[in-house]
Amino acid sequence: MRIELSQVSRWYGNVVAVNDVTMTIGPGVTGLLGPNGAGKSTLLHMMAGFLSPSGGTVTLDGTPVWKNHHIYRNIGLVPEKEGVYGFLTGWQFVLSAARLHNLPDPVEAARKALATVEMEEPKDRRVETYSKGMRQRVKVAAALVHDPPVLLLDEPFNGMDPRQRLHLMDLIRTMGTAGKTILFSSHILEEVERVAQHIEVLVAGRHAASGNFREIRRLMTDRPHLFVIRSSDDRKLAAALVRDDSTGGISLRPDGLEVQATEFRRFARLLPQVARDEGVRLHEVSPADEDLESVFSYLINRST
Amino acid sequence: MNTVVAGITYRALLGRRRIILLLLLPLALIALAVLLRAFGAADQATTVDLMQKFAISTMLPLLGLIAGTGVIAPEIDDGTIIHLMSKPISRPVIAQTKFLVAASLLAVFGAVPTYVAGLLLIGGEDGIATGFAAGTLVAGIAYAAVFLLLGIVTRHAVTIGIIYALVWESLVGNLIPGVHKFSIQYWGQSIADQLSDSPFFKTDVALSFAIPALIVVTVGAVLLAGQRLRAFSLTGDE
Repeated sequence: MRIELSQVSRWYGNVVAVNDVTMTIGPGVTGLLGPNGAGKSTLLHMMAGFLSPSGGTVTLDGTPVWKNHHIYRNIGLVPEKEGVYGFLTGWQFVLSAARLHNLPDPVEAARKALATVEMEEPKDRRVETYSKGMRQRVKVAAALVHDPPVLLLDEPFNGMDPRQRLHLMDLIRTMGTAGKTILFSSHILEEVERVAQHIEVLVAGRHAASGNFREIRRLMTDRPHLFVIRSSDDRKLAAALVRDDSTGGISLRPDGLEVQATEFRRFARLLPQVARDEGVRLHEVSPADEDLESVFSYLINRST
Repeated sequence: MNTVVAGITYRALLGRRRIILLLLLPLALIALAVLLRAFGAADQATTVDLMQKFAISTMLPLLGLIAGTGVIAPEIDDGTIIHLMSKPISRPVIAQTKFLVAASLLAVFGAVPTYVAGLLLIGGEDGIATGFAAGTLVAGIAYAAVFLLLGIVTRHAVTIGIIYALVWESLVGNLIPGVHKFSIQYWGQSIADQLSDSPFFKTDVALSFAIPALIVVTVGAVLLAGQRLRAFSLTGDE
């Protein structure tokens, strides 16, 4: 099944949370990548029928999602918020999901779903006694209980320990390979890279990039990098560096050099070479914009 | 009506401390009845007074508030409502189920104790116990619907509900006589009056107004609650 977003926007008063996003989510695993506050949850809520788009349309195989409870036969939703009744046991929670779906054999469906997320052993404990990772897995089980062709997960790996994380990643990959349409949001590139065949990048409410992880990775490493360099002779080093094409610009500052490298790989090879040839000792080389935010802001500037 | 939704709602309300809140006021009513009887003050005038001033005008709106908002507002607050709403069940059915749960709780914790207190005081005299039991029952059902709607519409349902119950129903209702006409508890009293022959009990809202008003408010609130739930939006933390 396909989720199609066509020129979707969402604003709250004067604040634009999602801005003119058009994308199609097809079978396989899609990662929705973006920094916190980029509008990932807003977009996901609109796909799940829990928010009306202020503009544009969201459809599931052609049928509108908003105010249409029939879509939940085909959608499994794992919200980011806890959203689990603490007074129910894991078993009761997942079984209630199966019953709410009016499945022919709710007991068997619940058993299978709990087995899928490896939660059979603690299933008779109340959810309020669970760790965050266990709650997350019970939520996944409840979302999977009717074997939906579409699965939407909002930051599913948050709060999971590394082993649980790997397990859920495996599970998502397997379901994606089996032809389900899976979308999950995350603000961690490595997470998305490991699971998603396809990545959609959202920055400041805009659809900034789209592609497989190699393409996204390349976009992110091939961008201009900014380095702060302190050395024994900044002026001499600057003069030598500026001769090469991979250096886009240099400014001399009291606390060192600020170098704009246009080609990351070439510059990375160039710098130590030049320093040795010129007899300049490097005290410090640090990327000034290596955080994800600046990577994203580069992407958004590029896309406008 | 969806039994799974109802089951979870009952458990959420009765399995937690909220049940103490639901029990407190009816127990106070029965305790007052027992005391009045013990001190030999169990006459018709006192009974009608207790029913009017406490059972139907204080206990019932507060119970309505606890049960009516309690069946849905906490779930909206903590996000658990998504579990019910991300299922192929129409939202009006969810709203109707929540209403039935709230109404049944008001019958058990409102109307039944009122009847018991009435019986304790004066037995079956002049139909006072039956009258007030019926009055609290229908008024309780209307309160359940109104407060359910309030719990869906606003996150400040309890505050607004208390202001409504205390200021509108009690204060304004007592100062400005005409307001009685637009007060759920007076509609309930009108029903009670109809069933009771007591000379100590007179109401000023005509039954011909009270019955349609109760129906319109109850049905309207439940329908509106369903519509509001259909358009329920998750506004994330972003």
